[in-house]
Amino acid sequence: MNKLLLAALVTGALSTPVFAADYTIMAPAAPGGGWDQTARTMQEALQGEGISGNVQVTNVPGAGGTIGLAQFATQENANPDALIVGGYVMVGAILTNMSPVTLDNVTPIARLTGEAVGIVVPAASDIQTIDDLVAKLKEDTGAVAWAGGSAGGVDHITAGLIAKAIGVDPTQVNYIAYSGGGEALAAILGGQVTVGISGISEFASQIQAGELRLLAVSTDTRVDGFDAPTLQEAGVDVAVQNWRMVAAAPGITDEQKAAITADVKAMAESATWQTALETKGWVDTYLDGEAFDAQLDADITATESILKDIGLVQ
Amino acid sequence: MDTWGLLAQGLIAALQVHNLIYALIGVTLGTAVGVLPGIGPALTVALLLPVTYKLDPAGSLIMFAGIYYGGMYGGSTTSILLNTPGESASIVTALEGNKMARKGRGGPALATAAIGSFVAGLIATLGLAFVAPTVVKFALSFGPADYFALMVLAFITVSAAFGDSALRGLTALFIGLGLGLIGIDLQTGQTRLAFGVMDLLDGIEVTTMAVALFAIGETLKTASDRDQVNAEVIAVKGSVWMTIEDWKRSWAAWLRGTFIGFPIGAMPAGGADVASFLSYSAEKSFTKKPEEFGNGAIEGVAGPEAANNASAAGTLVPLLTLGLPTTATAAIMLAGFQQFGLQPGPLLFTNNASLVWALIASLLVANFMLLVLNLPLIGLWVKLLTIPKPWLYAGILTFATLGTLGANGAMSMGVGPVRISFELVLLLAFGVLGYLLRRFGYPIAPVVVGLILGPMAEQQLRRALAISQGDLNILVSSPIAIALYVVAFIALALPLYLRLRGKGAMLGQLATDED
Repeated sequence: MNKLLLAALVTGALSTPVFAADYTIMAPAAPGGGWDQTARTMQEALQGEGISGNVQVTNVPGAGGTIGLAQFATQENANPDALIVGGYVMVGAILTNMSPVTLDNVTPIARLTGEAVGIVVPAASDIQTIDDLVAKLKEDTGAVAWAGGSAGGVDHITAGLIAKAIGVDPTQVNYIAYSGGGEALAAILGGQVTVGISGISEFASQIQAGELRLLAVSTDTRVDGFDAPTLQEAGVDVAVQNWRMVAAAPGITDEQKAAITADVKAMAESATWQTALETKGWVDTYLDGEAFDAQLDADITATESILKDIGLVQ
Repeated sequence: MDTWGLLAQGLIAALQVHNLIYALIGVTLGTAVGVLPGIGPALTVALLLPVTYKLDPAGSLIMFAGIYYGGMYGGSTTSILLNTPGESASIVTALEGNKMARKGRGGPALATAAIGSFVAGLIATLGLAFVAPTVVKFALSFGPADYFALMVLAFITVSAAFGDSALRGLTALFIGLGLGLIGIDLQTGQTRLAFGVMDLLDGIEVTTMAVALFAIGETLKTASDRDQVNAEVIAVKGSVWMTIEDWKRSWAAWLRGTFIGFPIGAMPAGGADVASFLSYSAEKSFTKKPEEFGNGAIEGVAGPEAANNASAAGTLVPLLTLGLPTTATAAIMLAGFQQFGLQPGPLLFTNNASLVWALIASLLVANFMLLVLNLPLIGLWVKLLTIPKPWLYAGILTFATLGTLGANGAMSMGVGPVRISFELVLLLAFGVLGYLLRRFGYPIAPVVVGLILGPMAEQQLRRALAISQGDLNILVSSPIAIALYVVAFIALALPLYLRLRGKGAMLGQLATDED
């Protein structure tokens, strides 16, 4: 009898799927933003696809993600169950905030999604094309007020790169920072500023409704569903993409890193994740391993140099 | 179909049993999280978002709307009874509401807050249904210079409204303004006054500050004073319900609060806290009994409570018509819309009319439910005040600590092997500040007002000047800004004029206040 019971228990235990890890994902931002949504969508996909049994999301908002990053790096050392979401904005924030903790203090796993930065003007603006904007910038750089996300973020960096590419002084770029959300969009729609620059999804519904005119997108290829040239096509040699990534704790072993990468890859290929990308309008730019490390290094170097050009970093 | 027809159709959808249940769950959860300081509606909606993947779009959005309204209401209960504001919009409510509660008038204070929230929610939701496009146009026409003028108006009226001594009021205000400078500057990304402390990079959290100054400071003050500990508590004096006099004094305040709150909520950089401050100062200048302000004036609860609820409805105006989320909760609701493949914005009303109207109708339902849920509970709530003081204050301390840890419990400070929460250290430090301010007769509210309005005013001023490339004329170049400055000037000059005219007794009074 006892043997039978034991056998039943063993079979029962074996028939439940063996989960790799119970991940805890830190979103270094307040609930509602892009990183938070990425973390929560990962939670949904990892659990829904049975890759992980129990996934928790924690929010540590502030300072472009550097507060969360610092906490993650110091407290999760060698913890193979801890993940953190981040992105390009973090690269800029680390530099401008002179953060003591950088991406070198964590173990980057993979790039998950990407988004083009869009350059828009209100429908009533006399700026019709990117050429008109370039002409205005060359005439009087300071007279063009740009509205976008926080200073030193990808929006600001793109504006600086555009200035540099067309040969005007990047320190003269009149960039007005808004705390994200809809505030920048409101200023653009209200005609308070000349031009808006931010993630294209922020502007999507206004572009469709004809309230905003999309002049160009920042990526090296056109974006599906938007009738606008890339900056490069329009003769401005700039290619930038805002991306979101996931990283693991510092100090984990190569085997642990490989196991996490396998889980993240399985998640990124899952139907749940792919459906979520579609409904949220995120573009799949999955990249892991050495290719991702190389891209990260290139972005950090480029960002450092443009932030110096703009004058945000000494 | 005309608006009424669409609204009726929406009401039919919202009144379906399962949608009513979602609304009930929403308002109950919302009220519960509103009561806890730190755990706001934004976090709750974010946590529930994955749960609702399986629900139908209408049902889950209705639940979110219930949480949102419930959260705005829940904060007022703790403000009034325990002097512990659950969120920044109910800070003002604590000023008069808690004074009322201590005089045994907690019942009427809670009732005027509940009914005021209902009236404001009702009018503002109808406003959302009928005048959203007009309101949003007005809200968008506000440029940085106009916002700055609005902040100037708020500073002048609010500092005039708090306390009797200008010197002490301004001192308190400048403490707040100073603390508001801490953290990363949005325009340049540079850190100010953080002294290398990571946790200070994002500035000082308003709710932590408010809970510390109000609840912790108060607890310390009470504990330090034997007479106060032993003082007899009057839980209920007179009726638990509002008297005819209370109704007479409340209704106009509700309406004024609504008309201040709704447009300010609709402004992308407005916000419920600004609306509640302005409403408080408006009530103080319209009241026939100014002497009661600071000692438990019912208008001072009725107006700001109506204003903060109207402002919550106002927030939905830019969200639904432009796809513009102007608060954290609205941002998550936007994510909720997107998860169902809906894109709020100019096209939402035409593409998904039935859903939008069901949402608006369910706001009306949620609003009504809140009233039904809360009015009968008032009798029970005021019993809280009969708890012996040492127990009550121990409870408040626990409550404030848990709320702060819940909002930001990161153990980010280390003393040797012991990890402690920086936020909790801040809470206690500001609690001591709150005690000292009270001990030496400085008003508390201006500190919080400075902390909230200071950074807003600074950012708007700098944006305005950046856009004009340093030309100061931009500050007075729009009719809205000029009108706001005129109102601010009247608010400043009128009391001075009245005082001069009333000379003698009034000036003598002033002199004694200034001691």
